[in-house]
Amino acid sequence: METPTKLPPSSPSSPTTGFSVPSAEKVDGFPRRSMRRARQRRSHSSSQFRYQSSQVELTPLPLLKDAPVAELHDLFCKKLQQCCVLFDFLDCVADLKGKEIKRAALNELVESVATSRGVLIEPLYPEAIKMISVNIFRTLPPSENPEFDPEEDEPALEASWPHLQLVYEFFLRFLESPDFQPSLAKRYVDQKFVLQLLELFDSEDPREREYLKTILHRVYGKLLGLRAYIRKQINNIFLRFIYETERFNGVAELLEILGSIINGFALPLKSEHKQFLVRVLIPLHTAKSLSIFHAQLAYCVVQFMEKDATVTEHIIRGLLRYWPKTCTQKEVMFLGEIEEILDVIEPSQFIRVQEPLFKQIAACISSPHFQVAERALYFWNNEYILSLIEENCQVILPLVFGTLYRVSKEHWNQTIISLIYNVLKTFMEMNSKLFDELTASYKVEKQKEVKKERERAELWRNLEDLQERRLQSLTEASRNQKNLQERENTTKSQSETSAANTT
Amino acid sequence: MAGADSDDSLYPIAVLIDELRNEDVQLRLNSIKKLSTIALALGVERTRTELLPFLTDTIYDEDEVLLALAEQLGNFTMLVGGPEYVHCLLPPLESLATVEETVVRDKAVESLRKISHEHSPVDLEVHFEPLVKRLASGDWFTSRTSACGLFSVCYPRVSSTVKAEIRQHFRTLCSDDTPMVRRAAASKLGEFAKVLELEYVKSDIISLFTALASDEQDSVRLLAVEAGVSIATLLPQEDLEALVMPTLRQAAEDKSWRVRYMVADKFSDLQKAVGPEITKNDLVPAFQNLLKDCEAEVRAAAANKVKEFCENLPEDSRETIIMTHILPCVKELVSDTNQHVKSALASVIMGLSTILGKDNTIEHLLPLFLAQLKDECPEVRLNIISNLDCVNEVIGIRQLSQSLLPAIVELAEDAKWRVRLAIIEYMPLLAGQLGVEFFDEKLNSLCMAWLVDHVYAIREAATCNLMKLVEKFGAEWAQNTIVPKVLGMANDPNYLHRMTTLFCINALSEVCGQEITTKHMLPVVFKMSNDQVANVRFNVAKSLQKIGPVLDSNCLQTEVKPVLEKLASDQDMDVKYFAQEAISGRIKKMKRNRK
Repeated sequence: METPTKLPPSSPSSPTTGFSVPSAEKVDGFPRRSMRRARQRRSHSSSQFRYQSSQVELTPLPLLKDAPVAELHDLFCKKLQQCCVLFDFLDCVADLKGKEIKRAALNELVESVATSRGVLIEPLYPEAIKMISVNIFRTLPPSENPEFDPEEDEPALEASWPHLQLVYEFFLRFLESPDFQPSLAKRYVDQKFVLQLLELFDSEDPREREYLKTILHRVYGKLLGLRAYIRKQINNIFLRFIYETERFNGVAELLEILGSIINGFALPLKSEHKQFLVRVLIPLHTAKSLSIFHAQLAYCVVQFMEKDATVTEHIIRGLLRYWPKTCTQKEVMFLGEIEEILDVIEPSQFIRVQEPLFKQIAACISSPHFQVAERALYFWNNEYILSLIEENCQVILPLVFGTLYRVSKEHWNQTIISLIYNVLKTFMEMNSKLFDELTASYKVEKQKEVKKERERAELWRNLEDLQERRLQSLTEASRNQKNLQERENTTKSQSETSAANTT
Repeated sequence: MAGADSDDSLYPIAVLIDELRNEDVQLRLNSIKKLSTIALALGVERTRTELLPFLTDTIYDEDEVLLALAEQLGNFTMLVGGPEYVHCLLPPLESLATVEETVVRDKAVESLRKISHEHSPVDLEVHFEPLVKRLASGDWFTSRTSACGLFSVCYPRVSSTVKAEIRQHFRTLCSDDTPMVRRAAASKLGEFAKVLELEYVKSDIISLFTALASDEQDSVRLLAVEAGVSIATLLPQEDLEALVMPTLRQAAEDKSWRVRYMVADKFSDLQKAVGPEITKNDLVPAFQNLLKDCEAEVRAAAANKVKEFCENLPEDSRETIIMTHILPCVKELVSDTNQHVKSALASVIMGLSTILGKDNTIEHLLPLFLAQLKDECPEVRLNIISNLDCVNEVIGIRQLSQSLLPAIVELAEDAKWRVRLAIIEYMPLLAGQLGVEFFDEKLNSLCMAWLVDHVYAIREAATCNLMKLVEKFGAEWAQNTIVPKVLGMANDPNYLHRMTTLFCINALSEVCGQEITTKHMLPVVFKMSNDQVANVRFNVAKSLQKIGPVLDSNCLQTEVKPVLEKLASDQDMDVKYFAQEAISGRIKKMKRNRK
């Protein structure tokens, strides 16, 4: 069939091939990755611009560094107000003069907050927070590409970034300034502010999310009163992501912040935090786009374990429950995470989960996808894990032996077969007596399984026969009843008609 | 029933429960899916006393299994002994309604709603309503979310004190702390309003609606829009202005495009709900704004509604409103920067012609159709072409034919085969409207060119297209215009084209009838049985099998059979196989005819 390269580059019927791609996709509904990837980076702008009623003409103000001390705060305030004016960045030539004045003002503000002392006095807080809010809080525009895949597609970049970046920079310097006083800021950086800040994490622009991450972390660090609220709202964002929309661009960034927050949790863990682990972090593993934030997620999970070993069982059982059934790529990620967990697991905890865990590992070893099998077999190269296996050889070997024995004979991939031989050899050295016993009983076990299978089929066949018989008798019964009723009805209606006739 | 009862002893519950507990998820899932079989084997009493308690206790499982369980339990009423015992199903379903996974919970709620109707009014108050209350005051958000879907099914059938409690619970959930619950409440608000007495709609629902519609999260606000539409249908006309319009007006101008999108998407329903007066005064300007919205998503959603909105305008002022208020916006959309907006418009714009009549269509709409037919985006052009029938009724398609032709030709030669495929599908429709002369003159050559397209899917569609054209224009037309061309391809040096001849014959023989098939097509098929390419030869065998029913039995015996027999001794395996298939297929058919 056709490949895009075979097409004439500019056929008269399609003015620009790039433009007609999505529509062609629509015709039959098959998106074509290869063509989508060719799309260029696009920038988009949020709809906030429209809501500014009238355009104000900006006039340059004197420089902050030239201002006499007495007028400094007043000038700073004026500059903040000047920076509340928004510009249309989709039209890149519109009001260039105004854009330049605002850019210069923002630069000055950033520098002033970063370098000079005593600038941040109380009356400036509301002005500064207002300037920040006006600029950064906006409804994020719809994604240009409804099937946006963060792994494959280029993100849409924020058009107003030249200003937005400076505003974020200012906000960050403001929070990090030695003059910054949380007791003054908390009146303006309130719950509503934080909620809007969190919504921005959905931005497609990675530069914006990077700033947001650092800023939220500072807010969490400095404004203690907001901590619980921030955690709760992040919870809500994640739950919505998991169970409702499956779309949120900032999951990785939020997890990164959480990673360091978990680090600081006090012991013993509050039930709120445990609930967060079990009901939010573990279910996050079910997301389709797991690969984008898996590293951060696994880090959080391991953090929890290192804080409090008693959560280990919850974690492992949770992962086993959500184990991917059809996506091998995710399965490899899960195995990676399990290894990270086993690396730090306490032996007493290991014993509690080894049975279900090694059943799953055995299932992975028999996966026809060699990367899954390989990843599972690599566990035997990990010295700590090997020592755990050795200690519990009596339990683990019987769980995995059958699989190892079978797969060593039938896997298509040579690497897997040789890895399995190594594992079998290790086991033989660990406990040769048990190994020999299992080898001897392998065939008997196999036959037992076949027999059980036959019995199950037999049971269900009988059950279905029985069902048929019962249903028949039921329908018969209901038919009889219906007949009876009908007969009654007809006699009734007959008597009614006769009654009507007589009147 | 005595015989059936003795079967029970064969199946001790333990064996069955072992099946439901099997380590292999797939086996467990299979067993759960046949839960009704198990219940039937156990009989109603043991199902109630043994099976259901087991199911209630072992609720921790894979979501896949839980989903199947939730679904099964919705159909279990007869298996537990009928409506009298239906409340036995509540405990397992209650647990299922609290799990995390949305699909499981939704299914559990669905089943609960289903069995709620099987409860007697007393059972509903004794068993069902307390369950709803427990869910509504659950700790974790999941149970509260599930509760939202259950209020409306029990409200109409309980006493007035219980009713008051239910209203109170619903009110609490509407201002729940977690947005997930508020979303669930908002999405059920309309449904709940429908079962409430009008006085409570006015006193309770309106304030809830207003609060949800100004929620801090746009995901809640947008759900309130739909509820608003439902509420508007419930209220008497004189209350609409004061009670719902301010909120709806505010939603149409919400700062979040998602909310505005929702308004646009529900616009026709809204229009029907509020009636002609409010439509004229409020909705027309709101609709204009949506058509001019700064986000393409919103414009596209509104563009989709243009026809429906205009159709439902009050008759007395319909034309004036369209001409002075809607059409100017539509004109702008024709040259929108976003192709989705243009193509949404193109899919409905033709429908305006029936509303506006002949003169207005020619003067105002025709230029727009023509502009869209020349649009750079093929989807826009396709949408116009696919709706030509609406215009045909009003002004006749001829008005368009001058512009139509280049548009069709361009699409026919589009570099994307999927676009070519789409236009082929409209050919029979176009042919019918444009008439045979125009077709022969302008489009016939296109249809023939598709037969030699380098993509198989196009050649296949082109074959099918020929059949539909013959159905329209008749066998005589086929014999004069397309059959010679099709048969000519039998001598093409490319074997793919020679095969296309066979495929066309397969498709055309029936519509062309016995005479043309025997006289013109069959000789060509016979000749091709000597083709040097095996694929052609075995397609000859297949074709002979296909066209067999059209031929008379004499011809089959004396002419077709020898050819097939010769092919059956071909050296190529596949040719042999298909020839034998054709012979045996023919025999079967003859036998059947004899019977």
